[in-house]
Amino acid sequence: MWLNHGKLERHSLLLILGIVIVISIGGLVEIAPLFFIENTIEKVDGMRPYTPLELAGRDIYVREGCYLCHSQMIRPLKDEVERYGHYSLAAESMYDHPFQWGSKRLGPDLSRVGGKYSDSWHRDHLINPRSVVPESIMPPYAFMANRPLDYHAIQAKMSVLKIEGVPYTDDMIANAKADLEAQADPFSAGGTKLKARYGANVVQRDFHGEPTKITEMDALVAYLQMLGTLVDFSKYHPERGGNSR
Amino acid sequence: MSETKSSLSAAPADVIAVFAFSAIGLIWSLCAAAFADDAPFRVHAYIFIAAFGLGLTWLTLGIADGRFRFRQDRYSDSVIRAGVYASLFWGVVGMLVGVIIACQLAWPSLFYFPSAGWLNFGRLRPVHTSGVIFAFGGNVLITTAFYVVQRTCRARLWGGIAPWFVFWGYQLFIVLAATGYVMGVTQGKEYAEPEWYVDLWLTIVWVMYLLVFLGTIWKRKEPHIYVANWFFLAFLVTIAVLHITNNLAIPIGPFASKSYDVFSGVQDALTQWWYGHNAVGFFLTAAFLAIMYYFMPKRAERPIYSYRLSIVHFWALIFIYIWAGPHHLHYTALPQWAQTLGMTFSIMLWMPSWGGMINGLMTLSGAWDKLRTDPVLRMMVAALAFYGMSTFEGPVMSVREVNALSHYTDWTIGHVHSGALGWVGFISFGALYCLVPWLWKKKQMYSNALIEWHFWVAFTGIVLYITSMWVSGIGEGLMWRKYTPQGFLAYTFIESVSAKHVEYIIRMLGGLMYLSGTLIMVYNVWRTIRGDAPAEEAVTDLAYPAQAATAAE
Repeated sequence: MWLNHGKLERHSLLLILGIVIVISIGGLVEIAPLFFIENTIEKVDGMRPYTPLELAGRDIYVREGCYLCHSQMIRPLKDEVERYGHYSLAAESMYDHPFQWGSKRLGPDLSRVGGKYSDSWHRDHLINPRSVVPESIMPPYAFMANRPLDYHAIQAKMSVLKIEGVPYTDDMIANAKADLEAQADPFSAGGTKLKARYGANVVQRDFHGEPTKITEMDALVAYLQMLGTLVDFSKYHPERGGNSR
Repeated sequence: MSETKSSLSAAPADVIAVFAFSAIGLIWSLCAAAFADDAPFRVHAYIFIAAFGLGLTWLTLGIADGRFRFRQDRYSDSVIRAGVYASLFWGVVGMLVGVIIACQLAWPSLFYFPSAGWLNFGRLRPVHTSGVIFAFGGNVLITTAFYVVQRTCRARLWGGIAPWFVFWGYQLFIVLAATGYVMGVTQGKEYAEPEWYVDLWLTIVWVMYLLVFLGTIWKRKEPHIYVANWFFLAFLVTIAVLHITNNLAIPIGPFASKSYDVFSGVQDALTQWWYGHNAVGFFLTAAFLAIMYYFMPKRAERPIYSYRLSIVHFWALIFIYIWAGPHHLHYTALPQWAQTLGMTFSIMLWMPSWGGMINGLMTLSGAWDKLRTDPVLRMMVAALAFYGMSTFEGPVMSVREVNALSHYTDWTIGHVHSGALGWVGFISFGALYCLVPWLWKKKQMYSNALIEWHFWVAFTGIVLYITSMWVSGIGEGLMWRKYTPQGFLAYTFIESVSAKHVEYIIRMLGGLMYLSGTLIMVYNVWRTIRGDAPAEEAVTDLAYPAQAATAAE
């Protein structure tokens, strides 16, 4: 064996070939099956793609690096389930490009933060976290309150996500801007169409509390307020075939 | 005119190739600036224009004065000297940003500015991680790989000007990545934050890096490829595979900074941590082991302890590391079979890791007395000790039941830093302390006493850092799962945050000490290069006869 190894030491391409073979095995065995094994992602009721406003909010969440301090993955441990709610399912992040499960909790998990606080609490908290939670170490995001939301590329974004497998329809993409504006305005007549496209439980509110303009604050709060609210857990049975892990 | 023509025709093919590439790059970046879809992309287009413009100017001047006709019988060392400067520069920057964000967590009301959102933790944290891993670590690896491959192959670097393209191309990558983070340009995947066009740029640079390295091996005058080069090769090839796969994304437009990752949810999570853990495995481990395999025996003037052990632990290490990614996803929505595989291989990984440590430590057989007198060798031995410690801690933390406590807490941060500050940092400093006198033809470093100071200040800093993170990490993990006798959760989340305040101050001090050590090194290197006489020459001549012999070659 030791003599044979000399061959690899004298031929760089053989050595590289050896390296490529050896490093490929683990990845192929672990990752490839996730794309083919059907019960990797549970069958659930309620999952839908993000509305244009929520998607814009999610992009801000990614841009600001929120995932560096907040996880979106509740583990099936007693204390976590009691603190944050039902443990997270793979299905709940199946339209997330990229996933935002996180790896560190400098702040609490956010997978089910939707609906737990009022819009105005989120607003105050984002502008100055220590105004509502004195011991908080979170950075302030006051600038979002003044910055108009830039959504000129929203249709391009949805089109790319559609190519990647998110079930946006042509109708949704064509009306993205109208839907985005409608969701941030509780009196908009477009709300009916928005709900027809994305489902009746879409929340249509002035998230920021500034009716005259759509800011980054509107989008981010809209995203936070829908987190973890989609799946109907009354119809989810963890022990039923395909759902057990 | 005719003169320019004649010097152009005399320019070597590699210079013409880089010239043509830069010219195309310049045209592309002018278009990008003109048609940019968003402000950050336009800023980056201007940076590209400046880089390609400067490159073309430098090439033109160089062609004109015939600077690029290299002597093949000499090692190419100027790019390595530049690498030493770049390593130290980015090291200070990356560590400084680390201290700043540690201050933000300790004193949020002092170190956050509501009017400057780009200075928030979420934007600066990737600047710190990429700064120390890819900017500092990456430059150390380019520097040492180019040095080691020439000496062990007895051949000049392949590609003429190509090594310089790798060097400057890599600096451009760092600048684009870091400026992108503060402008909010990120893919949102840890340690893979740069957006699609920066990733493409890195791919070009990386392939060139691999080609320069391989080309030099093909020119070698030694029949065998030395063990350090196996590790460098595994690092170069695997990082290319990981980088390309994990960064597959579709941009929302040809001139827009935003893209969406092709993977989603659970598949994306495992791809990301397959990448993330092997950035540790191949960037921060295999490649720095290559440094160990060259600089330890060289400094100790002893041969590598065991040839067979190097073969066994090399193949075992690269085979097993790839499987370990899922231990970042215990108890998540990743299927349990994948978690179990990840955990099993992580525990197995302990053995090849310690194989490397033992091979390095035992190389000192018969030379242990040098630890007393040579702080550089001591630094490298301490690096191996930290390597051994963190590669034991890692498998422990990868056990599901331990991970249930440690995951999401500061314990992970402490673990990372015992590897990063202890292993990666110290082996890098050791190699640089060897390289500076060799490259600048000096007898030794300016001051051994300052190396002693660097060692002990940085060492104390590491100890403060990792112990404070053990306390805060295990503490918060226990607080989260603590119940009152009545069966209610005992603590709110925010109580676990305020409980960590003192530990965060200690952590900041540890980081500050580590940074101070690096600044001491910068001063020492500067005085050495300037040619100042060694501070304690009379003493060192007597105390370090071996070192003088090393420096003379």
